[in-house]
Amino acid sequence: MKKTIIKNKAFRSINMYTLSSKLKLTAIIFMIVGAIGLVIGFLQAPSDLDDVREIIAAEGHHGEASHQDAAEANFADAEHGVLLDDEPGRNADENEAHSAEAGAHDAEHLEHKLHQLQNKPWAAVYVAAFFFFMISLGVLAFYALQYASQAGWSPVLFRVMEAISAYIVPGGIIMFVLLALSGFHLNHLFIWMDPEVVAHDEIIQNKTAYLNVPFFLIRAAIFLGGWFVFRHFLVRNSRRLDEATDNAYFKKNFKLAAGFLVFFLVSESMMSWDWIMSLDPHWFSTLFGWYVFSSMFVSGITVIALVSIYLKSRGHLPFVNNSHIHDLAKFMFGISIFWTYLWFSQFMLIWYSNIPEEVVYFISRIENYSLPFFGMVVLNFVFPLLVLMNSDYKRVNWFVVMTGVIILIGHYLDVFTMIMPATVGESWFIGIPEISAVFFFGGLFTFVIFNALTKAPLLAKRNPYIKESEHFHY
Amino acid sequence: MASKVIHAIYNDDDLLLQGVKQVREARYHIGEIYTPMPVHGLDKAMGLAPTRLAITSFLYGVVGFVVSVAMMNFIMIEDWPQDIGGKPSFSFLENLPAFVPIMFELTVFFAAHLMVITFYMRSKLWPFKQAENPDVRTTDDMFLMEVDVANHDVDELTKFLYDTGAAEIKLIDNK
Repeated sequence: MKKTIIKNKAFRSINMYTLSSKLKLTAIIFMIVGAIGLVIGFLQAPSDLDDVREIIAAEGHHGEASHQDAAEANFADAEHGVLLDDEPGRNADENEAHSAEAGAHDAEHLEHKLHQLQNKPWAAVYVAAFFFFMISLGVLAFYALQYASQAGWSPVLFRVMEAISAYIVPGGIIMFVLLALSGFHLNHLFIWMDPEVVAHDEIIQNKTAYLNVPFFLIRAAIFLGGWFVFRHFLVRNSRRLDEATDNAYFKKNFKLAAGFLVFFLVSESMMSWDWIMSLDPHWFSTLFGWYVFSSMFVSGITVIALVSIYLKSRGHLPFVNNSHIHDLAKFMFGISIFWTYLWFSQFMLIWYSNIPEEVVYFISRIENYSLPFFGMVVLNFVFPLLVLMNSDYKRVNWFVVMTGVIILIGHYLDVFTMIMPATVGESWFIGIPEISAVFFFGGLFTFVIFNALTKAPLLAKRNPYIKESEHFHY
Repeated sequence: MASKVIHAIYNDDDLLLQGVKQVREARYHIGEIYTPMPVHGLDKAMGLAPTRLAITSFLYGVVGFVVSVAMMNFIMIEDWPQDIGGKPSFSFLENLPAFVPIMFELTVFFAAHLMVITFYMRSKLWPFKQAENPDVRTTDDMFLMEVDVANHDVDELTKFLYDTGAAEIKLIDNK
């Protein structure tokens, strides 16, 4: 016991972080619980139409509703019958045709429901995997931005940002595997990957030059490869700067960061079309890339703030003062409003013009997802707006942590309402598979970033702005 | 009642800040300080209370928000709910997105303009106002600290201010 304390102190004197066994255990427990829940989620998914019939029968109210529909349809038929009473033969024919049509419709409905329920655990994994991946990508963009803008306040937080961005490698590989599994038809997340659907869909046929599986996977590989390479060199130069005798590595990183930002804006935009917008291949929006970017940027900044506050509370970041937290909270506040601006711009332009082929996107969300769809606006806009407006509150750790948790929940819901309506439709629920997926990837994320924190001293040594940053006071 | 003040003029903001700290430590009372530009940390050194201008601005913003909502609810929904291009004017909520740009702008408009007017009123600024400048050089390159003599000894106070680095010290009779 005493030995470990001394060891910790020795490490602390050179600002090395050691992964506490408690945190490690917590992360692993989260991963195990999440993995078990995911297995349950996949086992619960129906494998054929009979399973779906059972599920529908079990959902008492749902069955009733469809009975009612049927009764209403019969009533309509009866009225029709009365009107055409003088032509009994034709009437009978029509009734027959109607019942046949109803049967076909029923089968179609079951098939539809089956696909939705089979998609459910996959979509849950996809949402959570993308959510945590997007956080680390947002942090990498923020990190590059600090270099490119030569910010004087943030270098003391560079090691935290580097550690959080470490998750893009495992997270990105998981995303690629998920996309590849979709490409190999192990799930029905992307309907444009289904040749049968494409054969009967002229709109998708016209997009196959862009939306085809090989090109889709090649693009994903290029985006991910680019991000991995830029992150690798940015972090390597930052570590080498510690031992260097001049600022050459800083200049290198400045140029590298500027290059990354150019590559990032193009690749992120295309990534959002590929990975999210193509789930609704009939729909498109021009500011979608920005919208996804603002979501990842604000969640990334929030996670930087949360991790910094956690490490500071454990005494690992003595050089971080409440002005740094104040600045991060300002970013959380500002980018939350930026996200709302883009959310509203996208929504209002489509709502106002009400063009059928565009507006279905929001109709399906408002009808089936009204609580998460409007709830996230409250969580992502109203809450940070009112809580983080006061300058003093932005310095109070528990205010920032509370708002940060709310913002993260809000942006999970954001990703949820982007992906779920296209994949599971009205069969959505935040149940075992969804929560388990968040647990699993949350545990993995925590484990990876805190493990990455142990790899380098927590204070960048020779950064030209480090002194200014240590004395930063707002 | 005739009262006397001493005008101590400094030619450097660092000297001024140090002077302020020393004068406050010695428990002399500073009446006013005139500077050609904002001196960072001067309000803290003088012990001035923080401004409440931001709070008034927030309240004005709330007023602007309420005005815009009340105005559009009355005009577009209650008074004459016409069908304009198929927009649903049955209730305020149904047509809300179309009103948001106006709600936003009016909130900002009220918050900004009323706050500026509040600032003018609180700091007594208006056109044709008589300038209250004790020394024209304070708008260019000099910093002036006005210290109340009250019942202190003038010579002692002068000596004290001289030691803080004042370049010029004047005794002024306030009529």
